[in-house]
Amino acid sequence: MKTKVLAIDDSRTIRNLLAATLEEAGFEYVSAVDGREGVDMYEDVAPDVVITDINMPNLDGFGVIEELRGDGINSKVPILVLTTESAPEMKARARDAGATGWITKPFDDASLIFALKRVTGAAA
Amino acid sequence: MSGSIQDTFFEECEELLEATDEGLTAIEGGDHDPEVVNAVFRAVHSIKGGAGAFGLDELVAFAHRFETVFDEVRANRLDLDEKLIQLLLRSCDHLCDLVATARDGGETDQAHHDVLIEALDKYIPEEEEDLTFEPMGLGGAFEPASLDLPESDEPAGEETYNIRFHPLKDMYSTGNEPFFLFQALSELGQLEVTLDDTELPGFDGIDTSESYLAWNLTLVSSEPRAKIEAVFEFVEGLCELSIEGDGDAEADAKALAALEAAFGGAPEMPAPSNEPVQATAEPTEETSAAPFEPPAPAPESEVPSAAVEAKASSPKAETAKSEQRGPKPTLRVDLERVDRLINAVGELIINHSMLAQQIANLNVPDVRDVETELEGFKNLARDIQEGVMSIRAQPVKPLFQRMARIVREASSATGKTCKLVTDGENTEVDKTVIERLSDPLTHILRNAVDHGIEKPEDRQSAGKAKLGEIKLTASHRSGSVCIEIKDDGAGVNRSRVKQIAIDKGLIPENADLTDSEIDNLLFLPGFSTAKEISNLSGRGVGMDVVKNAVAGLGGRINISSTPGKGSTFTIILPLTLAVMDGMVVSVADQTMVVPITSIVETMRGSDDMINNLGADGTLLSIRGNFVPICDVASALGLRKEDNDQPPGVYLLVETETGQRSALAVDDIHDQRQVVIKSLDGVCGEIPGVAAATILGDGKIAMILDPESILAAAPSAAAFDTERRMSNAIAS
Repeated sequence: MKTKVLAIDDSRTIRNLLAATLEEAGFEYVSAVDGREGVDMYEDVAPDVVITDINMPNLDGFGVIEELRGDGINSKVPILVLTTESAPEMKARARDAGATGWITKPFDDASLIFALKRVTGAAA
Repeated sequence: MSGSIQDTFFEECEELLEATDEGLTAIEGGDHDPEVVNAVFRAVHSIKGGAGAFGLDELVAFAHRFETVFDEVRANRLDLDEKLIQLLLRSCDHLCDLVATARDGGETDQAHHDVLIEALDKYIPEEEEDLTFEPMGLGGAFEPASLDLPESDEPAGEETYNIRFHPLKDMYSTGNEPFFLFQALSELGQLEVTLDDTELPGFDGIDTSESYLAWNLTLVSSEPRAKIEAVFEFVEGLCELSIEGDGDAEADAKALAALEAAFGGAPEMPAPSNEPVQATAEPTEETSAAPFEPPAPAPESEVPSAAVEAKASSPKAETAKSEQRGPKPTLRVDLERVDRLINAVGELIINHSMLAQQIANLNVPDVRDVETELEGFKNLARDIQEGVMSIRAQPVKPLFQRMARIVREASSATGKTCKLVTDGENTEVDKTVIERLSDPLTHILRNAVDHGIEKPEDRQSAGKAKLGEIKLTASHRSGSVCIEIKDDGAGVNRSRVKQIAIDKGLIPENADLTDSEIDNLLFLPGFSTAKEISNLSGRGVGMDVVKNAVAGLGGRINISSTPGKGSTFTIILPLTLAVMDGMVVSVADQTMVVPITSIVETMRGSDDMINNLGADGTLLSIRGNFVPICDVASALGLRKEDNDQPPGVYLLVETETGQRSALAVDDIHDQRQVVIKSLDGVCGEIPGVAAATILGDGKIAMILDPESILAAAPSAAAFDTERRMSNAIAS
């Protein structure tokens, strides 16, 4: 079974890059264009891992993590933050909200796959 | 990186830049709504993110500063005063340039770049200033390059690491699984895992939300230490971790400290087991992780892989769904495909003409049914054509937005105050036309600010508002697009314009010109009214370049001016560049096409309507008005002057200055859609001929340009109309 990734990013460029990288590496890839959509589709998609941006319209990445980890959804899957932000207080905030890891954009394919494998144990 | 992904990045950039500009314009207009500010921030942020992915460092660095300043605004730490807004607008312009440079190559103005960066940096608070953007982030812990770079303080051979790993309870709520960490570690070398359950309390004492388990790991690996630390990167602060290499404890401590520093301060580490745990009493077979949440995986591989299976077999979701949701579904299509379609439609229309001609040639007695179907064919072809054209059509709004910036820049460069008012921004025009209009419009607007709008003090003394106004309007006008640039400046200084034209030898000294003719001198090659070449509008190019650019689009430009009140430039453009309605006429045994849009009226002439005027001119009398006649065949050099067979049909055309002339042709055949085939690169520019088309019989016909025919035939040119008419009436 392929490991399913739900990627939430408002940048089409990033979504395209993720799609290309992840599908080539053998992951199943589903994307959402903003935080709200990502959270809304989470239960339908039932991903094995979530990758989310921080700065997004409608619902930002912190909101995504909070809602996914919150009582309503109570998600236990790894959530990786993929963002250009690198300020320590932001990382701390994401971690407090329940993020699994933080990857600073720009990402390179190998490190992204490495991170995904590490948090999901995927064989991909 | 795939090229097509980069292409979509640039496409997205266009949209983001547009959004940025739109937002900034709104802010400039006084709309300081946090959502507007946020939208601009996100747009710039997305540009930065995408640019980083493609290693466009200059763009990233600039976008980062831009974004940081905006973040300050967003956090209400900066006031959006006029000065800052102007800086942000200029930065947005520069961002556009940087994107264009990244896409098309070339160079940006480095001095300008530095000035803007310096100005932006002034708004960035100290601590932020040091935070230069690191393309690889997080100290490059993920960087695969570290694989290739042997660490200087690391022996090349294998080393044994003793790792103590004790997760804090928080780690389990962040989606981290110890097993996966071990799995990642095992990929680095020989891994031995020992569970340490000594902290496990008695069954009754267990708090399911606590974390009692720890692991001792022994890894024999030749990988550099950084790779091992990278495995634990995400759980930094969420576990007690110690990694000890072969006796090099001090180096370890340093590395850990550095890692902690990278995470912004050491996480709160509970004092390592200095309080003896009660659990030591019963370290029995209860090591089964069952009561714990989440289950601590046994260090055997079978169990967790099954867990992965279970997760992965969760219900299917439609993968494609996500991209279809969104405010307004759009489809991005390569322009080339649309153009192919347009070509095909063009061929279809030609094909229809040929078919119609063939049927007519068959001499079948009753072809009514066929003709009905043929008519249907024609209508469908027209529908398809209009549909395809509408794909290419885009609102002029983004173009007009860019123009607002041009006026801004021009105003600040000349010390004048003026604003741009736009109207009809949603008028849709062919994409190519929009692209190629940018330069001429820029030039006209710069001119309007530079030469048209007066200095504030002069305006005041002339009794005008201090703030000059330039109005940019787009509208559809009977099959064409009309772009109007109207300023409320001083108008054309006719005596000066005329003097300059005389000085430059463009017109004879004794030339007797009407006001409109003087105004139109501005379009002559080599004319420039600026006394000294200002660095703004004068770059060695004059309005003649504007005129040529507009003519290249099959359009025309005209100026009208009222002294003291201002000038108006009017650009008339065809709606599409591919197909037009034309009147098929014959001229000296050749078939030619005249654009319907320029024809006001057609009539058959009789001798008593023609009045001779001097040796070389004739006037057509229409309902009491006199209109100069231009014989198309003579103007194109197809008829010998002495061959005095008078043409029988007159096409009354109106030039964009509103003057009328009659084009004399031999006969009118038909009115139909023709496909425009450019002559560029085939035989260059022929005066009087705009393009060519292919007719139903497969022959090529010239599409005439009435305006340039009239200009090429000075005897009847609009140039002379007013005077000749007044003479004629007087005589």
